[in-house]
Amino acid sequence: MGKVYWYSLPAVSSANDAGYSKNSEKLPPKAALCSEGVNFKVAHLEIQGVSKGFDGVDILEGISMTVESGQIACLLGPSGCGKTTLFNVVAGLSSPQSGRVLLDGEDITGSPGHLSYMLQKDLLLQHKRIIDNVSLPLVLRGVPRDEARVQVAGLFETFGLEGTQMRWPSELSGGMRQRAALLRAYQYSRDFMLLDEPFSALDAFTKADMHTWFLDVAERMGTTSLIVTHDIDEAIMLADHIYVMRGNPQAGVPTTIVGEELIACPRSARAEFAVSETFLVHKRRIMGLLGR
Amino acid sequence: MLTKLVAPLTIVALLGLWQLACSTGLVPPFMLPSPVRVVRALVDDWPLLAGHAATSLAEAGMGLATGVALGFVAALAMDRFDLLYRAFYPIVVLTQTIPTVAIAPLLVLWFGYGMLPKVVLIVVATFFPITVGLLEGLRSVDPDEIDLMRAMGASRLQILHHVKLPAALPQLFSGLKISAAYAIVGAVIAEWLGGFSGLGVYMTRVRKAYSFDKMFAVIFLISGLSLALMWIVDALRRALMPWERQSREP
Repeated sequence: MGKVYWYSLPAVSSANDAGYSKNSEKLPPKAALCSEGVNFKVAHLEIQGVSKGFDGVDILEGISMTVESGQIACLLGPSGCGKTTLFNVVAGLSSPQSGRVLLDGEDITGSPGHLSYMLQKDLLLQHKRIIDNVSLPLVLRGVPRDEARVQVAGLFETFGLEGTQMRWPSELSGGMRQRAALLRAYQYSRDFMLLDEPFSALDAFTKADMHTWFLDVAERMGTTSLIVTHDIDEAIMLADHIYVMRGNPQAGVPTTIVGEELIACPRSARAEFAVSETFLVHKRRIMGLLGR
Repeated sequence: MLTKLVAPLTIVALLGLWQLACSTGLVPPFMLPSPVRVVRALVDDWPLLAGHAATSLAEAGMGLATGVALGFVAALAMDRFDLLYRAFYPIVVLTQTIPTVAIAPLLVLWFGYGMLPKVVLIVVATFFPITVGLLEGLRSVDPDEIDLMRAMGASRLQILHHVKLPAALPQLFSGLKISAAYAIVGAVIAEWLGGFSGLGVYMTRVRKAYSFDKMFAVIFLISGLSLALMWIVDALRRALMPWERQSREP
């Protein structure tokens, strides 16, 4: 099972449910997970048995997952299950009680600055022009401002931001601001991006546009990403690999990963995919994992 | 357009009423001089007034500059070290409850009749709005913004430079505007209690001579100077915060 995954027709791919086990050996090979023409950058994130709690409340318990190079992986879980806690651990902003985070095999547990991240809030600095916001990661690294501007200018078109260079963030729409935030994240680390509900604050139409746009950009840039979300549709729409989290830490049930789901639709065909039978099959299975 | 003219028109109308009350003899001239007489007094005494104004402005400038500098140091230190914040913030608030008029005689007693007691009084009066404005501004930054900067490997100094200070500018300028108004008034109050030159000194002299037209002239001048100083602060704010205007030029 799973070898022709990638090119398989909806009917075939829906056949390999049978409760996907949490064995990473059964993952399809890298090449199968990414589509044609992408040159891979080696970025490979591994979370090993991460547990974390606050004030005696266990929030995460034994979270393990892997993001293969070039993949878009999604961590899907309901609100309040500790997604953001895990996000902060992966970003290195807080340390887990146990477990490790490995990037390319290197232990980055509890140390920030190894991967770029982006939140639901765009967090653009109001007092910097878009181009200066985007080039901030370079400036922080010591590149002079004008040189940093030149370096980032070339990517404005790819990210659909042409003409906004000299604007202030307050002049841009929500969708454009998210694009700018993503371009900034990309400037920080081209290899791995961590996104926490990046499109949740947008209206439905903008969100759909942003999904298409994001898939396109991720494809062209060959970036590996991990998206944390509570939106099942968004996860199926964007991810190659979905990890489903479940738990209720406030009620004494720590969050664990209860299952995985592989989505085998080429990124270029995702728009159609959203209204296909297969999409619903995936959705039903994920809802089953979430206990709904 | 009309809304812009409402305030000046009201002022002109009130001045007209005042002039009318004086020229019809409704109010005797020794109690309230007419606006025309006040303006004449201002023009006639201008060389003398300008000299006194220069003294007061110099004191206000020095006091304000020192107050701003101390305010910056205090706010940055309290923002950086929480222990300092806990220890000194209540004291900073306490300094604000000291009535300026009450300590002015003490300052004259300690520092004599020169410029020093005036400058010290202005520092005391302007320090608080600056410190509190800047400190609240620095602390108002979204913690997620700070986390993002940390995740991008920014140092504490870089976070201060790129995020915290620019974000604190609106509150800093609100404090600065209040301080600018305090500075001139502070100088005048300190000069009342003794000195050789300054608008406060001039005011005491003309009051003793019952020259109410000159008294009003100097009051006009003081509010004019305060307004000018506040306008300068606003101009500075516009220059330093171009994103508020949302202009599209680089």
